[in-house]
Amino acid sequence: MSTVQTPPVARPYSTARTVWLVAQREVMVRLRSVAFLVSTGILLLLLLGSVVVSALVSLNAEPPRVAVVEGVQLPDGAEFRVTETTDRDAAAELLRAGEVEAAVVPHEGPLGYAVLAEDAPPMGIMQALSVAPPVELLDDSGTGGFLGYIVAVGFGLVFFLSAMTFGQTIAQSVVEEKSTRVVEILLAAIPTRALLAGKIIGTTILAFGQIALLLAFAVIGLSVTGQTELLLGLGMPLVWFGLFFLLGFILLAALFAATGAMVSRQEDIGSTTTPVTMLVMIPYFVVVFFNDNPLVVTIMSYVPFSAPVGMPLRLFMGDAAWWEPLLSLAILVVSVLAVLAIGARIYENSLLRIGQRVKLGEALAG
Amino acid sequence: MLEIRHVNKTYGTRRVLDDVSFDVAPGRMTGFVGGNGAGKTTTMRIILGVLEADSGTVSLNGEPLGPLGRRRFGYMPEERGLYPKMKVGEQLHYLARLHGLSAADAERSTSELLARLGLSERIGDPVEKLSLGNQQRAQIAAALVHDPDVLILDEPFSGLDPLAVETVVEVLGDQARRGKPVLFSSHQLDIVERLCDDLVIIADGGIRASGSRDGLRSEHAALRYQLQTDADAAWLRDEPGVTVIEADGGYALFDVDDAETASRVLRSAVARGGVTDFARQHPTLSQIFKEVIR
Repeated sequence: MSTVQTPPVARPYSTARTVWLVAQREVMVRLRSVAFLVSTGILLLLLLGSVVVSALVSLNAEPPRVAVVEGVQLPDGAEFRVTETTDRDAAAELLRAGEVEAAVVPHEGPLGYAVLAEDAPPMGIMQALSVAPPVELLDDSGTGGFLGYIVAVGFGLVFFLSAMTFGQTIAQSVVEEKSTRVVEILLAAIPTRALLAGKIIGTTILAFGQIALLLAFAVIGLSVTGQTELLLGLGMPLVWFGLFFLLGFILLAALFAATGAMVSRQEDIGSTTTPVTMLVMIPYFVVVFFNDNPLVVTIMSYVPFSAPVGMPLRLFMGDAAWWEPLLSLAILVVSVLAVLAIGARIYENSLLRIGQRVKLGEALAG
Repeated sequence: MLEIRHVNKTYGTRRVLDDVSFDVAPGRMTGFVGGNGAGKTTTMRIILGVLEADSGTVSLNGEPLGPLGRRRFGYMPEERGLYPKMKVGEQLHYLARLHGLSAADAERSTSELLARLGLSERIGDPVEKLSLGNQQRAQIAAALVHDPDVLILDEPFSGLDPLAVETVVEVLGDQARRGKPVLFSSHQLDIVERLCDDLVIIADGGIRASGSRDGLRSEHAALRYQLQTDADAAWLRDEPGVTVIEADGGYALFDVDDAETASRVLRSAVARGGVTDFARQHPTLSQIFKEVIR
């Protein structure tokens, strides 16, 4: 074959095609990596496990056994397994025998009944029997308390985990190209920025794909087991979370790629990426510890690195005005553009400096 | 024609390239020779646009080279490297596509090239599983897979066993015969001598000599001849205009002051007995190299 039949024809350069080729490779390599598949599998199992466990717990919580003397009218909504007795003495007998946890006996007070218990007031039963006055909320959009905490930690954990995992992934992938020297061939073929863009897009697709998969499993799992309480009211905040996550992730991916490019060996990655890792960890810990402090959460919802967690949380709690997510999003977009510009500069200036770690000043100056 | 004109490059205070100018002609193998740190790799990186020159131009057929023109270059960097865990075939396919080939063209080019380099059975193996020699072949394939218009190869023969050297020499020769400019650097002066049509010699960041191999040879050749006769060659020592370097029986190696002396010597030698060999001695590349970089 010393004479090629028809020489291959190179098509005109297209940035979009080049970036997409790089992104595709990034995704394919990761999808074939056993470590990635196993860790995704473990995450899915953990998620399914927690859904199933919480379903089982709520199924097994049977209503308490209670003896009720004939003629006593129980309030609506009090769910007991009732043993009817003829009088107070019979009820006390059952109580002593341990067949019921408490007894409801006639009483002269306004309720018309009293609770008989062995040696301690039975809190759950008392609560079920108490009559609460009707409450009307002027603003009923909020859902605070424990559910808010769960959602806060949920958003925080998801963002934290994927930013950490995929941030490290992109840093390692950059260093791999440097340490194996393949980068010189790549740069002779395509512009540096196309390479960087492809890597960021590929990794973002992976991170987003993994989250979408986990989310789909969570929604299906919760729906199948009938635990839809948490899903209600999560719709819009979730859409916002997706949007903020996308931008916040690009921001961090650019930083991880740039700082990764400053070293030439996998062992040295930590020395330059640690500050970025901090940027990922701090918002997570803040949201875990201060999620009930409105001031802290409000500040968080505007700081670009924590907005992806802070703003959806405030939307879920219902204490953000309609314009707030838009403003925060605008701040985030501007930061992403600025960080991309700086990151691309560091990346371009560091990529071919093999050997010693590149100093930040040099990387920025060129 | 690839033209490098007045290229300068400084790292900090150290001047690594000083007004470097030379040509790489189409259809010719141009050997790029110089010691370690002479500036070969820096020059090649600047030609490829991987590195930016402080001043000077690189142009192809009169057009200054931009990033898009360089996409049609094939490059083998001194620092070898491919993705170690990626399969040979996929890797070449990927590189071909980055250079702008369609998927089908990339596919075909990859399999043809691997067949040519004797790597067909390894198409599905990750690069890290290949022997060192085969990794080198894969590296050469990476430089050729997009059927480049210009080839720039930094030390393409280092690390190759003699058989692989032959294969690569053939493949590169093919490329040159198809009218492409081919620039390659090497420490192995004997290979350069055998292979190159043109030669560029660099030392301390400056071009010391450039031109056709044969031109350079005759330029640097002393008028040195070798004689082998049936008779004793001792008479040469008394011949005017002749300096004998070495003589042993019928054999002599000598310099002459001009071509006229040489023909006179040949005539007397024939008159004195049977001449079996009378030839002009060309200097070897390493002799020229030592002379110009001095």
